[in-house]
Amino acid sequence: MQKLANLAIGTKGEMRSISDSDLEQKLLEMGCTPGEKIEVVRKAPFGGPVAILVSSYVLTIRKEDAMKIDVKLLKDD
Amino acid sequence: MTKRQIKIALAGNPNSGKTTLFNAFTGLKQKVGNYPGITVEKKTGKSTFSADIDAKIIDLPGAYSLFPKSLDEEVSQQVLCNNTDEDYPNVTVIIADATNLRRSIFLLTQVIDLNMNVVLALNMVDIATKKGIIVNVDLLSEALGIQVVAINARKRKGIDSLKEAIVNALDEKPRKPFLDVSKIFKGVIERANEIRGIENNYASFLSLCKQKLSGEVINRCALNQLCKKHEIIPERAQAKETVKRYKAIDKIILSTVKKGAPVGRYQFTKRVDDLLIHPVLGYVVFLSILFLLFQAVFSWSAYPMELIDGLFTDLSIWTANAMPQGMLNDLVVNGILAGLGGIVIFVPQIAFLFAFIAFLEDTGYMARVSFITDKLLRGVGLNGRSIIPLLSGAACAVPAIMSARTISSWKERLITIMVTPLMSCSARLPVYTLIIAMIIPAEDFLGFNLQGLVLMIFYLIGFVSAIVVAYLMKFIIKSQERSYYIMEMPSYKIPDWKTVIYTIVEKVKVFLFDAGKIIIAVSIVLWFLSSFAPGNKFEKIEQQWAGKSDAEMHIAADKLEASYAGMIGKTIEPAIKPLGFDWKIGISLITSFAAREVFVGTMSTIYSVGDDNIQSIQERLKNVKNQDTGKAFFTPAVGVSLMLFYAFAMQCMSTLAIVYRETKHWKWPTIQFLYMGVLAYLSSFIAYQILS
Repeated sequence: MQKLANLAIGTKGEMRSISDSDLEQKLLEMGCTPGEKIEVVRKAPFGGPVAILVSSYVLTIRKEDAMKIDVKLLKDD
Repeated sequence: MTKRQIKIALAGNPNSGKTTLFNAFTGLKQKVGNYPGITVEKKTGKSTFSADIDAKIIDLPGAYSLFPKSLDEEVSQQVLCNNTDEDYPNVTVIIADATNLRRSIFLLTQVIDLNMNVVLALNMVDIATKKGIIVNVDLLSEALGIQVVAINARKRKGIDSLKEAIVNALDEKPRKPFLDVSKIFKGVIERANEIRGIENNYASFLSLCKQKLSGEVINRCALNQLCKKHEIIPERAQAKETVKRYKAIDKIILSTVKKGAPVGRYQFTKRVDDLLIHPVLGYVVFLSILFLLFQAVFSWSAYPMELIDGLFTDLSIWTANAMPQGMLNDLVVNGILAGLGGIVIFVPQIAFLFAFIAFLEDTGYMARVSFITDKLLRGVGLNGRSIIPLLSGAACAVPAIMSARTISSWKERLITIMVTPLMSCSARLPVYTLIIAMIIPAEDFLGFNLQGLVLMIFYLIGFVSAIVVAYLMKFIIKSQERSYYIMEMPSYKIPDWKTVIYTIVEKVKVFLFDAGKIIIAVSIVLWFLSSFAPGNKFEKIEQQWAGKSDAEMHIAADKLEASYAGMIGKTIEPAIKPLGFDWKIGISLITSFAAREVFVGTMSTIYSVGDDNIQSIQERLKNVKNQDTGKAFFTPAVGVSLMLFYAFAMQCMSTLAIVYRETKHWKWPTIQFLYMGVLAYLSSFIAYQILS
């Protein structure tokens, strides 16, 4: 299990849990449900937001919010 | 026979092509108000559906769900969940981006569960095909139990089939819910229905989750007790329901959508983003785009502006000769035409500015700018999303302040609202242009238009001061609320030109007619104030100069000074003298408190009263002499001081009204008015004292 914020660009994983109920609710309705596959696609400079590919669109969230998201790493297929 | 009137609501995720579909439905038959007293959040339009059905189309703000995260989404929730709302639709059209079906269907199924008549408009099927995504429309329709129509909003394809489907949906029978919440929370929903007195399972569930649905008096206490009794924690219930709903959606997606390998499009977006979100080049590109924008606004619009200026001069001469001599002639030529000409001339610049901003937003570039600036803007108490209001503030603060609604944190939103009017809006453009043309030579500097460069410096002053003020406010405004930045980064799109053109037409219309009305009224009042004086002062002046050389010129100047307008100007002159302004500018300052652009019309009117030569306003002002020195009145010191005053002062009733509306308190517009006024006075004072 890894924190989303710590993943390198290009890493693929599976959504596990979000340790903040307010944030969880907001991300759930955007399609970040447990088990959903994600990929880190970009990181903004100066510790800015992280962009992830989820359900075939790109979602951006702040780095400290990404610290609250647990992701299970997936091997490249 | 009277036609049947129906109401259609358009809802969908942001970036799904909602506005394009709205334009396809209504063409130019749209009603959008940007000024106080008119509903702003709802765009409505008319469309003919068949020989006996007319539809009112309501364009709702983009939303991802019926659990609002921002004010924008709240508006959508309130219209859709309140069957007593005047805009409660007969049929709701959910527009979905076929490349983003999973997330789009989430909102759709929520609306289905509210027991509404729903049609799904599946947009961007062509792009989905390129991405390797094939949607089986018939199967999808069957699985969801509603009509699904594939459309291409941009190419206006499928619109007739969609209209047909909407008409069919009018008399639909109630169907079973997509996700039956009464089965997930057994015994609870029925009881909640009883408490609310409304038989709507999903609306009751939303209420139970502490969603504030408008139009109902809820018995919060009874609902809370109900939650307690069944050990339901609203947030957990909402999360549980969301996960179940997505599970059900995933089943449908699995059976109706085939995914192949993506081709082209995604790769294109990725490659462009390598440059536009690059840690270094990304910022360079952003600044270059802004730089180009201001160069273009200044130099491209020069030609049409000259044309308009010439036209108005000709029109004034023609009118002056065609009408019988006398008071009315003077009122029309020197009052109305002079004031109006001063304003129409700026239409080209405003059109270019709005076109650029619409272009940057529609391509998807603004989302990238938000992404690379979030961290920087947060440092000064703003949010990555603030960049959109700030940049649109360069066009007009009124819609810009409204677009701050997408910021979910109250503190960040409030700071954005408070500083957005510091961005140099299009109403300041006429003032800047007029003064720059007088004090800055039309030369090239390092290959760039020097006047354009100076203009850009003034835009930068606006931006920098907005950032500094935001930083100060960050420490003054207290808030415990958490701030979020959760934003979709859409694929790049070629903007829909029709949509861009509609935006321009709409904004220019608002500028010309709404501002034009004030300007004509002010021009007429001013003409009266400057053409009459108390008692017999005018006669005395005429007697005094009778027979002397240059009598006409002296009479005109003295008359203006003695007039009512002159008296008002003279009264405030001591206060503005340290800024380098005389009583004539004083009059203009007062009149432009209604709206900044009135300044140009006022100057034009004041300086043409008593002047028989019809000239363009720029020539007229260039020829104004300083009464003490005999040299040109508009020295660089006066010009810079005047521009700084306009850069900072809050001279816009509409903005103050919209700030009141958005913050729901007079405290904020008052603070804004005061701090901007102080900033304006001090900076003009310092600039004039140093430069003169």
